[in-house]
Amino acid sequence: MNRTKGDEEEYWNSSKFKAFTFDDEDDELSQLKESKRAVNSLRDFVDDDDEDDLERVSWTGEPVGSISWSIKETAGNSGSSHEREQLKNRNSFSTYAQLPKPASTYSLSSFFRGRTRPGSFQSLSDALSDTPAKSYAPELGRPKGEYRDYSNDWSPSDTVRRLRKGKVCSLERFRSLQDKIQLLEEAVSMHDGNVITAVLIFLKRTLSKEILFRELEVRQVALRHLIHFLKEIGDQKLLLDLFRFLDRTEELALSHYREHLNIQDPEKRKEFLKTCIGLPFSAEDSAHIQDHYTLLERQIIIEANDRHLELAGQTEVFRKHPRKASILNMPLVTTLFYSCFYHYTEAEGTFSSPVNLKKTFKIPDKQYVLTALAARAKLRAWHDVDALFTTKNWLGYTKKRAPIGFHRVVEILHKNSAPVQTCRDLKDRQQLLAYRSKVDKGSAEEEKIDALLNSSQIRWKN
Amino acid sequence: MAFPHRPDAPELPDFSMLKRLARDQLIYLLEQLPGKKDLFIEADLMSPLDRIANVSILKQHEVDKLYKVENKPALSSSEQLCFLVRPRIKNMRYIASLVNADKMAGRTRKYKVIFSPQKFYACEMVLEEEGVYGDVSCDEWAFSLLPLDVDLLSMELPEFFRDYFLEGDQRWINTLAQALHLLSTLYGPFPNCYGIGRCAKMSYELWKRLEEEEDGETKGRRPEIGHIFLLDRDVDFVTALCSQVVYEGLVDDTFRIKCGSVDFGPEVTSSDKSLKVLLNAEDKVFNEIRNEHFSNVFGFLSQKARNLQAQYDRRRGMDIKQMKNFVSQELKGLKQEHRLLSLHIGACESIMKKKTKQDFQELIKTEHALLEGFNIRESTNYIEEHIDRQVSPIESLRLMCLLSITENGLIPKDYRSLKTQYLQSYGPEHLLTFFNLRRAGLLTEQAPGDTLTAVESKVSKLVTDKAAGKITDAFSSLAKRSNFRAISKKLNLIPRVDGEYDLKVPRDMAYVFSGAYVPLSCRIIEQVLERRGWQGLDEVVRLLNCSELAFTDMTKDDKASSESLRLILVVFLGGCTFSEISALRFLGREKGK
Repeated sequence: MNRTKGDEEEYWNSSKFKAFTFDDEDDELSQLKESKRAVNSLRDFVDDDDEDDLERVSWTGEPVGSISWSIKETAGNSGSSHEREQLKNRNSFSTYAQLPKPASTYSLSSFFRGRTRPGSFQSLSDALSDTPAKSYAPELGRPKGEYRDYSNDWSPSDTVRRLRKGKVCSLERFRSLQDKIQLLEEAVSMHDGNVITAVLIFLKRTLSKEILFRELEVRQVALRHLIHFLKEIGDQKLLLDLFRFLDRTEELALSHYREHLNIQDPEKRKEFLKTCIGLPFSAEDSAHIQDHYTLLERQIIIEANDRHLELAGQTEVFRKHPRKASILNMPLVTTLFYSCFYHYTEAEGTFSSPVNLKKTFKIPDKQYVLTALAARAKLRAWHDVDALFTTKNWLGYTKKRAPIGFHRVVEILHKNSAPVQTCRDLKDRQQLLAYRSKVDKGSAEEEKIDALLNSSQIRWKN
Repeated sequence: MAFPHRPDAPELPDFSMLKRLARDQLIYLLEQLPGKKDLFIEADLMSPLDRIANVSILKQHEVDKLYKVENKPALSSSEQLCFLVRPRIKNMRYIASLVNADKMAGRTRKYKVIFSPQKFYACEMVLEEEGVYGDVSCDEWAFSLLPLDVDLLSMELPEFFRDYFLEGDQRWINTLAQALHLLSTLYGPFPNCYGIGRCAKMSYELWKRLEEEEDGETKGRRPEIGHIFLLDRDVDFVTALCSQVVYEGLVDDTFRIKCGSVDFGPEVTSSDKSLKVLLNAEDKVFNEIRNEHFSNVFGFLSQKARNLQAQYDRRRGMDIKQMKNFVSQELKGLKQEHRLLSLHIGACESIMKKKTKQDFQELIKTEHALLEGFNIRESTNYIEEHIDRQVSPIESLRLMCLLSITENGLIPKDYRSLKTQYLQSYGPEHLLTFFNLRRAGLLTEQAPGDTLTAVESKVSKLVTDKAAGKITDAFSSLAKRSNFRAISKKLNLIPRVDGEYDLKVPRDMAYVFSGAYVPLSCRIIEQVLERRGWQGLDEVVRLLNCSELAFTDMTKDDKASSESLRLILVVFLGGCTFSEISALRFLGREKGK
């Protein structure tokens, strides 16, 4: 598809895709609001009675007596004393008792017993008249012994078929490697993953891992089942051996790395991550692992320090804005935001300073400015915001510049209700115009912006 | 699974039978443990269970208290414990620890585990290893198909996708084959079968084997459903990655529809409590807007509101007798409609607010550009900014995957830089996420060589030629090119429209994406049904990397009436979106199916 620039513009300007715009609030949202008003005005007339009516209509979701509702009840009880539990339980039981009995009238046991007299069934049986009932009631009710299989003569294909039907079936007679492999291939050819896994469990138990791995290396379907099985039961050791055998170094490294998620203690997690650094990741991923370790190391230091500062109550920013959560295990960008919020003015030498983070993790300018802006605007530190966009050129003149789009700047400023003055100070006419579109029509802010825009005192930089 | 339908459509089969069947089986299983018992239910099974039974039914079968299966010691004092669970290892560990704790305390009780929809040998192995095999009796509850609506069935197995398409585990194929077998036993054989994808093909083969083993059961039955179509989710990832703009799809993207119901929070209900709402054809207001493009919904709702107002206003001029009639006959219906109306207006408002806040318009623009394949640089920048601002992590991934699939992978420089920024914004542990997405073929890096990856050729060297063939096969997901552009061109997925695309009177399935894109999955279905097979689609099938994996099976069965032949069952292996369901409903209306 080689479109020229002109084509593209035409595409975006064509009416075809303008049929639906969320921005177009005037029309649709007001229509919606109007409908809402209309409906709400009826509410007084409608909502006069019967709350219980609500329970009967189908769309109200969990009616009293539903299973989800009842479990919540039990959960609520679980902490209480035995007596209260009983009492409450009796209450809820009485609620159930009010419910209508199920409509079903035919006898279940007769249904599952098999066909008796034709015509004695109701509803369901009509539909099933061509089918023996046995297919719906799997051989569940029979005593186990009846389908436990002591015969040793099943062929691999019979064995696999019996396994598929969920029958207990001894595999012990498959002792030669050839028999075992034949059994496995039979299972694979039937496509049922559950049976493939059943055979693999048997092979894992009766073959040395070298032989097992060797045979599976050329049988990829079975191999994938074994890998998934080992992951599920958490046999990490055998899984890593398998990846090593297969020379799948990346999966080996990632499987090891994955374990850090199970370690809650930050110090221990950090130590574990340290052991991951030397693993055979790709060059690119190695750098990510190293960063992960360094980040957590920093966070542990910052966390200890800041918790202390907060408790001491001597630092203004912590007093005014108590921390909502610990910074441990947060993403880098969140950590940067935190650092811009609480440690903005710190010298580059300290671990918690934003500039230090930027350098250590090679955070791009764009990302840095965006995050710093959001943090300083949140604190309403407008001078810092201003400074973020100020650069001096080689002649010493100051200039306004931003590595991110000004509409984003405006959005962030607006969200934090930056004063109009900030934009004026930025001498940014475009930004002010954009800001004007965000404030309510006819508001005091709008008037102020208009006054500023019309002022001849300001030398706009754009 | 969806059945296209229209007002004059052939009558849909009675799917409520599936519910009754599931309920009766469960009751049967509960009766196998006579006497009072406490029932532990896995969280994921609660909503499906609520659809087919209620507490009073359980009580009638001597279930005393209900608990959720969670990793906490059980407080139950009952002598008999029954567990209703999905066949998952963690459930087995939980049950084993409970039984072992009882043993330590010298307590004996009866335990029964009911696996739904089936048990796995790996689960039994865990019970055996933990030393509780034999203390616990195991049963299966083959509840594999839940009717969510008159034209929609679900297996309610969210792990299907991950297990098969990521891990390559085929454990659900038997479950699916059993479900298909059940459908053909209840609703007659399917005269025409079509399918595409490896999982579809395997499921089909196993299903046919089941039918052969139980030969005769479906013979002589008159088919109620004329066609069945099996489709692997990885045949079309693109559609699933696009933002939804039909009403039901938007409700799903915004509030998450689970098991046919949604939790509307206080911002929607305009009260202080949340409301769980069933979304199906019984909700008359919802039923009229669910498939509509969102831009039509406001107009519809305000019209409805005006009508309602007018009907209420009628009472003003009434005398006593008329008023009495009005109250006894119409008022209830009006009130019901009023409740539904205010709920959906609330939902619309909430959607509007959220979407306006997050630059939805820009997002849609980017998606459309990716689908059409121009302005790639600009789109990449948009995604980058999205990541930098720490906007929703899922949305960022979704856009990256869409970029990857439409472009046959990201160019290495972009891949590295986006990945680095993603890890910085959302956490370094997402290294694992990127690895998984690459394995599933959702987010890849453009390889310098075309067909073979480095790993592949390396492994190939190690083994014999014959085995190498197998390995190449196994690595197909890694080496597979998506070829989206070529497929899109062949199947005309980007409609050329002169003038404005009228979303009120849609001309094709593209309306579910504002007229910009016809869902690939639905287009394939449409084409195959039209041609009654894959004839003439060889090139498309090849581009989809499904050369050996597209199949047709038609039985010459004159018992199939022309009426039943109009009904089509589409099975998405690995899940489908509401946009696709809407598009198929549209197709059904158009073609009279």
